[in-house]
Amino acid sequence: MQFERRADVSMPALVVAPFAAIAVALLLCAGLIAVAGVNPLTAYAEMLKGAFGSRLSITETLTRAVPLIFTGLAAAVAFRARVWNIGAEGQFYIGALVTAALGHSLFAGLPTAAAIPLIMATSMLAGGLLLMVPVALRLRFGVDEVVVTLLMNFIVLLFVGLMVEGPLKDPMAFGWPQSVAVAADLRLPKLVPRSRLHIGFLVAILAAVIVLVIQARTVFGAETRAAGLAPKAAAFAGVPLARRLMMVALLSGGLAGLAGSVEVLGPTGYVTTTMSPGFGYAGIVVAMLAALHPAGVVAAAIFIATIFVGADAMSRATGVPSFIADVIMSVSLLAMLTALLFTTYRIRR
Amino acid sequence: MNGPVLEISNITKRFGALTANDGVTFHLNQGEILALLGENGAGKTTLMNIIFGHYKADEGEVRVNGAVLPASHPRAAIAAGVGMVHQHFTLAGNLTVLENIIIGSEPLLRLDSRKAEALAKIRKLSETFGLPVNPAARVGDLSVGERQRVEILKALYRDSRILILDEPTAVLARPEAEQLFRTLRGMTAGGLSIIFISHKLHEVMASSDRVVVLRGGRVAAERVTAQTSPAELAELMVGRSVVRPKREGHATGKPVLQARGLSVTQAHGTGLDGVDFEVREGEILGIVGVSGNGQAALGRVLSGVAHATEGSLTFLNEDIGRMTPRALIRRGLGRIPEDRHAEGAIGDLAVWENAVLERLEEPAFSKWGFVRRSAARSFASDLIRRFDIRGASPDTRTRQLSGGNMQKLILGRNLANNPRFILANQPTRGLDEGAIAAVHAELLAARAAGAAILLISEDLDEAVALSDRIQAIVRGKLSTPVTAEEADARTLGLMMAGMWETSHAV
Repeated sequence: MQFERRADVSMPALVVAPFAAIAVALLLCAGLIAVAGVNPLTAYAEMLKGAFGSRLSITETLTRAVPLIFTGLAAAVAFRARVWNIGAEGQFYIGALVTAALGHSLFAGLPTAAAIPLIMATSMLAGGLLLMVPVALRLRFGVDEVVVTLLMNFIVLLFVGLMVEGPLKDPMAFGWPQSVAVAADLRLPKLVPRSRLHIGFLVAILAAVIVLVIQARTVFGAETRAAGLAPKAAAFAGVPLARRLMMVALLSGGLAGLAGSVEVLGPTGYVTTTMSPGFGYAGIVVAMLAALHPAGVVAAAIFIATIFVGADAMSRATGVPSFIADVIMSVSLLAMLTALLFTTYRIRR
Repeated sequence: MNGPVLEISNITKRFGALTANDGVTFHLNQGEILALLGENGAGKTTLMNIIFGHYKADEGEVRVNGAVLPASHPRAAIAAGVGMVHQHFTLAGNLTVLENIIIGSEPLLRLDSRKAEALAKIRKLSETFGLPVNPAARVGDLSVGERQRVEILKALYRDSRILILDEPTAVLARPEAEQLFRTLRGMTAGGLSIIFISHKLHEVMASSDRVVVLRGGRVAAERVTAQTSPAELAELMVGRSVVRPKREGHATGKPVLQARGLSVTQAHGTGLDGVDFEVREGEILGIVGVSGNGQAALGRVLSGVAHATEGSLTFLNEDIGRMTPRALIRRGLGRIPEDRHAEGAIGDLAVWENAVLERLEEPAFSKWGFVRRSAARSFASDLIRRFDIRGASPDTRTRQLSGGNMQKLILGRNLANNPRFILANQPTRGLDEGAIAAVHAELLAARAAGAAILLISEDLDEAVALSDRIQAIVRGKLSTPVTAEEADARTLGLMMAGMWETSHAV
């Protein structure tokens, strides 16, 4: 048995790939659920009900999708230029921290319409700068950014811990390690009353559209795509590689920082060291399931959010541990990578 | 000559809609040199991959000494005594010659490798067949010619009686190539049978007993070499008669590009060491030499990818020796890179994207940072029409173009706005006869239109046919120029050996 390269990757195959991958992942995880002693169909039905069964659950799923859209876009933007940003988790926390700090005091006096965009922009800048460091290290010294961005996540998380226990600690939180809260008038308005869904969801959709336009229509998008596919050829054609990759870092880190910012301005209002159940890492899965396409990122983020919100409900109803959500997500990633292999290669015996 | 040792019967292989081999049938006799001649895409490589079990044929069979070779077993061919020398060597640069040769033929789970025995065998083989090589040398330190010898020894070490060489001269300079064919001839005298794959007519004519011509996946003809002519083979190979265009004498204008004491330091490979040259309007300056003598550095500095460390490189009164690629493109320098796959075009992008990639920032192709896609597409359509890029629409993925058509695309995007200077670095390497003629015609047309062209080529026929003047590059230095009329084989040979003080200057 061997692999033969296909003459060309067909567009339909790329569209089918994620659905096939998800189907395979659900099938494989059905086995695990059965081992846990529950009928997989019942479990999946509970999951769907938990994620979409009521107005509240739908808004909850979409709320959960918001940071995933941002971190998914962050990964997609970076991966397309072959910048391996594994640090979205750290950039998320930096964005969140900056938002809490600015929203609590500094910008609290400004009119809301000016303060919110300013806070978001500053948080993006912080996330972007955090990624520009490892990318600069790669460009200057050839340091592998996978290692640096991954390890920086832990440093950032410890730093956030230091802040919420120290200078930014909320004195009114009865000793809980949480940061000061952003001013009430800076919180994002609700999209649906009496739910947690906020207009951050629209900001996320807007971000996806902007990223799509950047990638498909701009000189910057064309040049970074070329730089990702064939850096030597791009450099020969006059693309200033270093500058473009730094801009990609700013954009990617910025999107992840925005994820943290919107999470604080939206549902939480303050920062804790446990506010992200791995949004940064899940963003990588989202980007891969989307085959790095911004529209796909929105769909994939909603899928992953469905799994997580649904898994909690399923766990309550059937007793299958909610860790199954992590398993489904991970298996989906593996299945998607396999599916992508088959879009490029076929098997010959 | 004795009976057939290798028989290819009715081999058919399809890749989707493409039929790479269509009922291919021929045989190799004991003790002969058979040339397998064909253009790129004629199905030569697919056929070899089938013989070696890397692909499974849809139909047909391969027999070695009368026995059918089991399909899809890469080791079966080796066990049957068929050895392959690949175009791109499969050697590990960090191992010695000895280690490279015995690797893979030793049992994996044995602690003591029998190096002494192996060494004796290699010594004997290299003596018998005239393949001098130092078994203790690191392969990474060897020249390409020596590496090829190691590849051949590796095949012989596995007791190959049939040797298949895929484009063996693609990386060799002419003297090395001639030496190779003398060696091969000696091997057939020793009882080996040899197939070499080629698209170069002169070496097929000079060195084979018989020729099998492949075209479009089929055997187009089979000829005894002594009873055919280059013209007939060319026609059989291309399917129509092809004539390479000829350079016509004309007056050249004022200097466009001048190098004075130009030096380029390279981290890897040979740099440039204080070279002088000038290229005038309507002139082609040919730079010839054995590969690895500084051609890469010259190509890189003229493309803006490397910068001059000393001296000057003047383009129309401006020093461009330290400019970026983008700055050079903006000044209207055309650049055809040495490796069209790695540098010239990006396979995963559409044809239109590659057509405008160099010029995305020009107002013709972008506005406020947005790509003007319709303008870019129509520019690509123009190129496709003007330069006869076959099998392409603006939205075709560039990977799907043949080498020749990809080169026409690169050539086209450079020639489209009538550059004053063109760097043509190995512009026809790996192309088939039809595409070579087309590229030559375009370069000569640009010359006639007044462009100054610097041609870097390892193909002497090409350099002599196109160039007005020729300089040799040796260890990073340039010889004094000779005119095309003075450039006979002996003069060029001496120049390429670094002996130009004795040859007369212009």
